[in-house]
Amino acid sequence: MLFKPVILWTDALIYLLVMVALVFVWYVRRNEHMLVPWRRVGHSASGMASLTVLVFFMSIGLLDTVHFRPAIENGSNSEKVYSVEVLSLLDIIATPLRTRVEKTYSAPFAAHLYARETIELPDGAQMREFPRLQFGGAHLQDPATQLTNDVAERATTGLALGLLSWCLVLTLLSVSLARRDSATLSFTLSAIRRGDTEVPWNAVLATLALMFMSIGVALMLSTHYHIFGTDKVGQDVFYQSLKSIRTGLVIGTLTTLMMLPFALLLGIMAGYFRGWVDDVIQYIYTTLSSIPGVLLIAAAVLMMQVYMETHPELFDTIAARADLRLLFLCIILGVTSWTGLCRLLRGETLKLREMEYIQAAHAFGVSHWRIISRHILPNVMHIVLIATVMDFSGLVLAEAVLSYVGVGVDPSMISFGTMINAARLEMAREPMVWWALLSAFGFMFALVLSANLFADAVQDAFNPRVRTWPLQARKLQRRGREQYSKDKTVEAEIKGSHSP
Amino acid sequence: MNLLLQIKNLQTLLHTGPAPVMAVDGLSLQIMQGETFALLGESGCGKSMTALSVMRLLPETGEIIAGSIRIGGEDLLLLPEADMRNVRGKRISMIFQEPMLSLNPVMTVAEQIGEVLRRHFNLRGVAQHQRVLEILNQVGIPDADRRMEEYPFQFSGGMKQRVMIAMALAGEPELLIADEPTTALDVTIQAQVLDLMRDLQKRSGMSILLITHDLGVVAEMAHKVAVMYAGQIIEMATREEFFHNPSHPYSHKLFASLPAKNKRDRGLAVISGTVPPLSREFIGCRFADRCDHAWDLCRTTMPGWSEVTSGHQVKCHLFDQDNGSRAPSSVKAVEGTPQRASVLQSDCSILELLRVTDLKVYFPIQKGLMKRVVGHVKAVDGVSLTIPRGGTLALVGESGCGKTTVGKGILQLIRPTAGSVLYDGLELVGLERRQLREKRAEFQIIFQDPYSSLNPRMRIVDIIEEGMNALNVRGKPVSAGDKPSSSERWEVDALLQRVGLPPETKWRYPHEFSGGQRQRIAIARALAVNPRLLICDEPTSALDVSVQAQILNLLKELQNGLGLSYLFITHNISVVEYLADEVAVMYLGRIVERGSMDEVMGSPQHPYTQALLSAVPVIGPDLKREVIRLHGDLPSPANPPAGCHFHPRCPKVMPVCHEIYPEASSFSFTHTAHCHLYTQK
Repeated sequence: MLFKPVILWTDALIYLLVMVALVFVWYVRRNEHMLVPWRRVGHSASGMASLTVLVFFMSIGLLDTVHFRPAIENGSNSEKVYSVEVLSLLDIIATPLRTRVEKTYSAPFAAHLYARETIELPDGAQMREFPRLQFGGAHLQDPATQLTNDVAERATTGLALGLLSWCLVLTLLSVSLARRDSATLSFTLSAIRRGDTEVPWNAVLATLALMFMSIGVALMLSTHYHIFGTDKVGQDVFYQSLKSIRTGLVIGTLTTLMMLPFALLLGIMAGYFRGWVDDVIQYIYTTLSSIPGVLLIAAAVLMMQVYMETHPELFDTIAARADLRLLFLCIILGVTSWTGLCRLLRGETLKLREMEYIQAAHAFGVSHWRIISRHILPNVMHIVLIATVMDFSGLVLAEAVLSYVGVGVDPSMISFGTMINAARLEMAREPMVWWALLSAFGFMFALVLSANLFADAVQDAFNPRVRTWPLQARKLQRRGREQYSKDKTVEAEIKGSHSP
Repeated sequence: MNLLLQIKNLQTLLHTGPAPVMAVDGLSLQIMQGETFALLGESGCGKSMTALSVMRLLPETGEIIAGSIRIGGEDLLLLPEADMRNVRGKRISMIFQEPMLSLNPVMTVAEQIGEVLRRHFNLRGVAQHQRVLEILNQVGIPDADRRMEEYPFQFSGGMKQRVMIAMALAGEPELLIADEPTTALDVTIQAQVLDLMRDLQKRSGMSILLITHDLGVVAEMAHKVAVMYAGQIIEMATREEFFHNPSHPYSHKLFASLPAKNKRDRGLAVISGTVPPLSREFIGCRFADRCDHAWDLCRTTMPGWSEVTSGHQVKCHLFDQDNGSRAPSSVKAVEGTPQRASVLQSDCSILELLRVTDLKVYFPIQKGLMKRVVGHVKAVDGVSLTIPRGGTLALVGESGCGKTTVGKGILQLIRPTAGSVLYDGLELVGLERRQLREKRAEFQIIFQDPYSSLNPRMRIVDIIEEGMNALNVRGKPVSAGDKPSSSERWEVDALLQRVGLPPETKWRYPHEFSGGQRQRIAIARALAVNPRLLICDEPTSALDVSVQAQILNLLKELQNGLGLSYLFITHNISVVEYLADEVAVMYLGRIVERGSMDEVMGSPQHPYTQALLSAVPVIGPDLKREVIRLHGDLPSPANPPAGCHFHPRCPKVMPVCHEIYPEASSFSFTHTAHCHLYTQK
């Protein structure tokens, strides 16, 4: 065997989450009433565009989730020895990025280091200058003259490749759409362009075009340059940004997974049973939410940190230790953040339990458990969904803040928070190192913005008071008005022809 | 009389779905000064959209695409929005259906009325205060000087509607649009509000556009009546003419579907089918599909206006000069088919199924941190009643008197504080949840609101099977080899057919059904466990008249077929007269009068019953009656008046009423009342 698969704790939970999501999708597809709001999500242009970006992020996160330990060659010994380093599929794909480590800081697209170094010349004299990078732009003979042209050339190739693959996707999509609707290809294409398709494919394709082009450019350039520069120890910032995505996603999703049982069970119980159960649960969440969250998290993380440091024998790799710390962070965040959703659910359940169909169920002697699971739970699911999607972006940001404060993820784990934390010193340097912060910011911004836009679309679709026919209705209204003005002119003409 | 409002060929579109809905289609009407013009129609026929079009307050998705609305010669549709604001509240005012929702809860009454005065008359300070006081006195708010500084929550429903009227009057409008002004109110309060509106009209000479679905209110108020159906006016006449000689087949059907005492022995006439969706194109008459008199012409040509007598117009081919001869000679609404009189009822009426004795349901009022009980809301305070096998007991009373709580108390959905509920000899009060479950199949409940009584996330089949599964009621197997699940499915089909729905509908979700169909499903769900007693909690009050007739027919049919007993909780007197065998009148948690239907409805003894019956609008052109006015509103059940609960509102109050609650006085074997006017037992 060339490798030994490793399933870290968070990996297992992510696999579980993916499975739950798949079951949920299967369940929704079977139930017409649940499918309807999701169709409305599908009709929202901003929702579908942001979903496209999210899917990209999620696939990177999933690639980064498949962990293993590669085997180490050691000639004579027949027994296999595996590396202590845990790698993921993403690491393998991005091997050039991961392994091409420079000495220290270098700016994006630079061929030289960012700091002067004393270099001993062959004749023994010493000289301070910017040394050439070991990997970035190493293929160039004379960077000063060739660099710009080379970058432009590679970027153009990247763009072309991106466009080419986009065209491929477009063709595949329109062929499959045309086959499904049994329409001609040109008709389908023009329908996509006009935005007359059920799902706004034009928005999705526009997003895809942008993404494919930038991915193409990044791929072409990153093999020969550090496109986002390097950090203090010479690691590629682009690689770090890619690795941060998984951390952000894990925090955003697993925390919700940790929080949901508390919020669902306690919220519904409080609202449904009322009386002393309600009192106890209310006291718990009022107390919990009046303790400053950061303090509670800091205390828990520090305690755990000490425990981990005194028991190093529990972890066979560094990755396992960092991963467990990440998991604990999720649990702690989950334990402290269920109160908001719990309160919402309690309120909704209070309203639902007085609904007449619940009363009717009581009149049939249906058990409490069945009333909760069959009547109340399905009717609060939309709130849970909206809350979790809305919480996601907040949690990604929370991780950044916590890591910045120093109680976040393990220092060996790459995350947006650790990148920003490092940037604290870099920004104070002269000349300033700005690229690490900027790329962390850019990636996080894209992730959070698309999550927020998607959450908005979900909320609109599940909100019964918002009618989502805007596009079509607006069109119709315009048509109505046009028709009216046409009628008016006709009327005037008739009048005009009568009067003389 | 001068012409005040003239609407010509109004067309209003609503862009709410994939196809635009023509909510109002070519509506024309004229309202004279000082006249009350009633727009009558069932829900969804475009009444409210007409009113909102006149005010130009259509929702975002609405659009007026053609027509003109002239008030005093000025076309409102051509006015810019800024000028329109001078019209709203000044020339045209509006009262809405729900007084609870149309007042701002964080502004005092004086502020809200003052807003109108400031906007239209630029009144401020003392002058404004004086004027507010004057208006509030005009609408009959007692102690107006003090109450004008109060907030809406401190007013009762009837008082709130008075405040709404005061607000509408503040601008001294020429036209008042009243959109279902009394639908949310009780009959006694409704009588007060209608009186007030008539009074104000006499004094100020304004016109009223009254929008309602209630024929009784029309008979009380209107000078002219227009019947709306599917976005069009189909009949227009003076009130006398309309009630003497309703001409359109739809109007006929409306009258025929009203429940009444003289229709007891037969089913009510129903209008088959449903109102067509307004998003579709119409070729012929819109009512043709549901009309008994329709012939080919009706399906191909849209009928124009035909004159029946002068001032009485109808849109129907039957009255068309050219086609009249080809029409069936007589237009008479087909009355419902006579129903088999209940045999069970006479046999078993001696046997009682349910006996409730001295039932009390108190809700504690808690205060402070430790939730100390400081008092009780006595929602039900010593109610006794019996329901015979196969019979119907109607429980009548105003909202807030505790009718619904009695129903839930009997079902043990709310645990009674005291008293006993004997069902077929078994005491239900104090039974364990598990023991109670075994008896649950015997008694079931049907709720008022068909929209909230079905879980929107469950299919019909799941809804109906839920009770069967929970109570382990299995349908009779069709054949010996049948699996239980398939026989259950068979049972669901049979139930749906029984309530008049096709069995295929069981795979659908509740939102795909209309209000009447949902109520049928709710009935099917209750019937699924083979109950013997059904508690019907205002099952028809949320439904239109024609749909109500269908549900009442169904209930009657089920009673005859299955020998069910009903406890019918309602505030609708005509439904009581149609359906009930016995009547109990409830006031503030206690039953004040009970007896057989004829006794209570024919010769009411308690002053409250008398007032209640007299307040019900009588449908007919010229029946003038004496309305016994009740002052004020229902007192709070947390703090009922000492002595007889009714004494603060009673027109025949005596000193003794302030002190002692009266014992029962008997008038016959079945008829009793609690009143000091009569000799006590």
